Amino acid sequence: MAHITAKKYQAKLADDLCRKTHFSKPEVESLLRMFKKYIPGSANQPHTHHNSRMDRTKFRDVLHNSFDMTDDMLMDRIYRAFDTDSDGFVNMEEWVQGLSVFLRGTLDQQTQFCFAVFDLNQDGFISRDEMFQLLKNSLIKQPTEEDPDEGIKDLVEITLKKMDLDHDGRLSYQDYMEAVKNEPLLLEAFGPCLPSSWAKIAFLATFSEEC
Amino acid sequence: MGQTIARARKSASAADGGSKIAYNSANETLLNKIINWASTYSGAHPEESKLMFKSPMTWPSSLKIDDFSGGAFEQRGDDMVSTETIGTDNLPVIRFHKDSDGLYKLSVLTIADLGQVLNIAKDRRLEETRACLEANPDPLSHIAGDRFSSVSGEDLSTYRYMEEIMKSPREQVDEEAELKKLTLKLVMHVQKFDSDLLKEFAEAVASASRLTATLVEQDVNLLKEFCGDDEDKHVLEDIAFTTEHKFQNGCRSPPWRQINGDISYIEVKPHDEDPFFVTASTTGYFVNKGWIKEKNDLDYEPASDVNANLVELLKMKSAKFAELIVQQDLSMQEASKEDTQEKDAEREKELEQRRREEEQQRSKGRKDHKKHLEPTLTWIADEKEDRRRKAHMKEEEKKSPKTKHQKARMESRGKSKTPYEEDSFSESSSESEEEEEVLERRQESSSDLPSDYWQIQKLVKYLKGGNQTATIIALCAMRDFNLSQETIQMAIRDVGGLEVLINLLDTEDIKCKIGSLNILKYISKNAQIRRAIADLGGLQTMVKILRDPNKELKALAAETIANVAKFRRARRTVRQHGGIKKLVGLLDCAPLNSMSTPEHNKDVEVAKCGAMALWSCSKSTKNKKAMRKAGAIPLLARLLKSVHESMLIPVVGTLQECASEPSYRLAIRTEGMVEDLVANLKSENPELQMHCASAIFKCAEEKETRDLVKKYGGLHPMVNLLNNVDNKELLAAATGAIWKCAISAENVQKFQELKAIDLLVNLLNDQPEEVLVNVVGALGECAKDPPNRAQIRKAGGISPLVQLLTGTNQALLINVTRAVGQCAEEPDNMAIIDRLDGVRLLWSLLKNQNTEVQASAAWAICPCIENAKDAGEMVRSFVGGLELIVSLLKSEDQEVLASVCAAIANIAKDEENLAVITDHGVVPMLAKLTNTTDDRLRRHLAEAIARCCSWGNNRVSFGNEKAVAPLVYYLKSKDKQVHRSTARALFQLSKDPDNCITMHEAGVVKPLMEMVGSADTVLQEAAAGCISNIRRLALANEKAKFS
Repeated sequence: MAHITAKKYQAKLADDLCRKTHFSKPEVESLLRMFKKYIPGSANQPHTHHNSRMDRTKFRDVLHNSFDMTDDMLMDRIYRAFDTDSDGFVNMEEWVQGLSVFLRGTLDQQTQFCFAVFDLNQDGFISRDEMFQLLKNSLIKQPTEEDPDEGIKDLVEITLKKMDLDHDGRLSYQDYMEAVKNEPLLLEAFGPCLPSSWAKIAFLATFSEEC
Repeated sequence: MGQTIARARKSASAADGGSKIAYNSANETLLNKIINWASTYSGAHPEESKLMFKSPMTWPSSLKIDDFSGGAFEQRGDDMVSTETIGTDNLPVIRFHKDSDGLYKLSVLTIADLGQVLNIAKDRRLEETRACLEANPDPLSHIAGDRFSSVSGEDLSTYRYMEEIMKSPREQVDEEAELKKLTLKLVMHVQKFDSDLLKEFAEAVASASRLTATLVEQDVNLLKEFCGDDEDKHVLEDIAFTTEHKFQNGCRSPPWRQINGDISYIEVKPHDEDPFFVTASTTGYFVNKGWIKEKNDLDYEPASDVNANLVELLKMKSAKFAELIVQQDLSMQEASKEDTQEKDAEREKELEQRRREEEQQRSKGRKDHKKHLEPTLTWIADEKEDRRRKAHMKEEEKKSPKTKHQKARMESRGKSKTPYEEDSFSESSSESEEEEEVLERRQESSSDLPSDYWQIQKLVKYLKGGNQTATIIALCAMRDFNLSQETIQMAIRDVGGLEVLINLLDTEDIKCKIGSLNILKYISKNAQIRRAIADLGGLQTMVKILRDPNKELKALAAETIANVAKFRRARRTVRQHGGIKKLVGLLDCAPLNSMSTPEHNKDVEVAKCGAMALWSCSKSTKNKKAMRKAGAIPLLARLLKSVHESMLIPVVGTLQECASEPSYRLAIRTEGMVEDLVANLKSENPELQMHCASAIFKCAEEKETRDLVKKYGGLHPMVNLLNNVDNKELLAAATGAIWKCAISAENVQKFQELKAIDLLVNLLNDQPEEVLVNVVGALGECAKDPPNRAQIRKAGGISPLVQLLTGTNQALLINVTRAVGQCAEEPDNMAIIDRLDGVRLLWSLLKNQNTEVQASAAWAICPCIENAKDAGEMVRSFVGGLELIVSLLKSEDQEVLASVCAAIANIAKDEENLAVITDHGVVPMLAKLTNTTDDRLRRHLAEAIARCCSWGNNRVSFGNEKAVAPLVYYLKSKDKQVHRSTARALFQLSKDPDNCITMHEAGVVKPLMEMVGSADTVLQEAAAGCISNIRRLALANEKAKFS
């Protein structure tokens, strides 16, 4: 009985998600199948809203294996961005919706996603400190330099100059959106948080094969 | 250095112990040379100068610790050492340390640092060098090790070293061999310098040691000034020559002694000794054995050693002299020092003056150069300027012989003004050549660089040392600079930004590539940057990117290639790496007029950028071929139907570049592109109109195209374009198109209806040469139609045309002479031309170096003579004119010969002029040309011969010069015109019986008989006349036989 409910639930979910995302129904179904595959030992158990969820380590594995991401901090942040209800897990809905933005999102959606990733304390602004945190590994440290952080600080200032359009010393979402509109290259301004084009193609190829 | 220094030391006095270098002028110059060499060496040979010495050069220094202040030095105990270190042991390159006996010593490890020490020593550098060389008598052994120390006898060290390098095993090649090679280079540099020094020194010594009569005279006179009775003041009581008599060669010794080298004898009376006699001979001064009273002559035998210096000799002889002369010496030295200082100052001034003059000269030259590139009507002023410059140069030359090469360069430039660029049409654009010579401009000083420079330097540093996130931020920040500003462009280049940007193109990251291309796209508009990009191999990478699936990236790469491929080498690189094919591939985009979706817009953008790149590339002939092979033509034809101007401009631009190739012209006609070109003539965009017009200009060489242009109604918009008086480029293209279209007579009719003549004539004033060439060409074509000739006159076009005959532009002169010639066909026009002295101007153009101008001028002269009133008198009035035109018969050019023959035929109508040209030897020269096979030349040549026969015994002369028989062969030609003029020539020649015989023998009768039956009455008549002359001769012969 539970099995049937689960199946029904899943069909409904797939229909629902198909409407909400950039994926077709077969694609949604195959993504859901993929999701189940990633959760160990759950293959035999019926999936319900509560028991099928992905934890942080699992999600990071997926990011690492499928999208070739390596930055721990950013992967963590992406995980948080996927986890829209902030319950510490990614469930099926979040998984499909997240991937929709991740793989096929419009510029606006992706901007929003990236901003969420970079806003470390989730206060709606990216501050100098957050930028510094995000950029601190982006330069090769020159041993000769007196202050190894000087370059990073300078980089933060450069970014602020470029993106902080209302000059309040921090980036609001509005700032971020405008700056990205002017210069699409700044979408992932503080680190790669979207799959590279070829990783995207490779991933889409794997699940369209399944369909 | 070793050898020279050893020599220098030897010349120092022995008393000093032999290890000191004496202070004298020769040694001083020597030291100065060494200083100079050491301080400039590191600049000229940076690598070698950094080579570590095998053992340090150490010497007691007079420098103080304080002298070594600054960041490059630090104190270590009592020592002062440089922070820079060298070698595996990290030895400081300069060490200033205290010796055991408390003296300071300086050690140096490389030549570069030797130079640095000398810089520190400043005005004490001479002493330092001296001390250094005294302490290190054999510098080479320090530099390269003991194996190179100077040895007497055979020295094979260099050779052996070289052998060692060659023999060294392969794997050793990298570092050690490199080091050895460097050492060898350094050793050879030092040795070369040494031998140079030695040579100079030897010369100096030789010239100093050899005495001459004048030197002796000077020495003695000098000493005489310090002679007197006062024992405390005067060095000698008296010094004088033994005799007042001087021979013509300046010697005072008797001739039989002169053979032995004696110059003169000097009697010296010191205060403290008896008088003695000194012989001055070519080898030097020596004391002889004195006066022998019995013989009343000198004993010439030497009583002392030979000394090169009289003062030195006297010093040894007289203690008093030695004591006093030193004081004198000092004062003298001081005086001379002041003297030299003054002289130095003077020389400095002179040099400064010269430098300034040269600077002026150079800047003027630059200005002139520009002037030549610009089309100009002010040639007269230009020539004056030229003359003035030459005069100025002569002055200059008198002043300084150094400017000689400059003069030669300028003169060659002056000459090159006249030769005509033969391929001005075959090579579709001459712009590339200009760009080949971009002057390298450098930042004047690094001191006042703008803050932007440092900003950019910082960004480039982040580009280099950042991950992709930092790179993207830096790239975006860089875009915020004004990238079209030259200082910014140069700053990016100078801090090494180009290398990084180009390296980024090789990465995987699409964003980095886009960011980099976004910058390269802008800065590559600068010619120097273009060059740098090509040098760094950027084109190859960009060509690879053209195959990338990302459309934005493709478009950017193509756009950047369009900017970079503005010079020949870059275009070649694009072709050689398969870029043309890829670029043509970009043109193949979705149908143009479909819905405009973002995706489709991207496609169009890619095609547009591809077309722009092809436009740049299409300036090379080989690229045009490659484009055709890659199938560019149908794609271009399709894009030509586009409605977007931004797309049409590069497409039409490419087409007009390519239209210089016949195959493209054919394709443009057959693919129906003429219609689109004509349609776009009506566009609103002047640039597009310009390219369309110049495409038609090039294509309308062919009649079919001209007809098509007319068919699609292209003539009207073309004439309308003439109203854009301010856009010179557009005007040049439009007038060019009109010119070429006017080659067809029907089009001329149409132009007449459109009143194009008036518009064209209006353009004869105040236009740049490229417009004028086409305007005049068009007028020349239109003037073939008689009503237009009158129209040109009525519009007031004759006068400006004649004035243009004074120009220097070759292409323009060809067209002007042609147009003037056409106009001269009408007597009314001729009157005006005559009044403006146009014929004289035409005549002077016969002297032009360009054969096309010569021929064209000669052709124009023909109708002038025909239509001028009193043409004979006019021609005679040109001093040397007839001689000039006859001398042109020596030309190699068939067209010149034909035109000159035609002119001569006209000139010969006047009997007096015929007499003059006969005197100038026209007959043998014409006779020499008769073997030609060129029908055009034959026709005019025969005409000229026919005319020339009427003077004196020219008929006989032609016979003697063997001109008759070849003429008979002309009758076999297929050209009717040739027959006509030949028959007339033969008729004239047949009035001489000998010629009749020659003709008969050559078989003239049969063809002439046929020509009697011709429909051409002139030919008929001449042929019949000739036959009758031959017949008459035969009859007379028979009569003579029978009587």
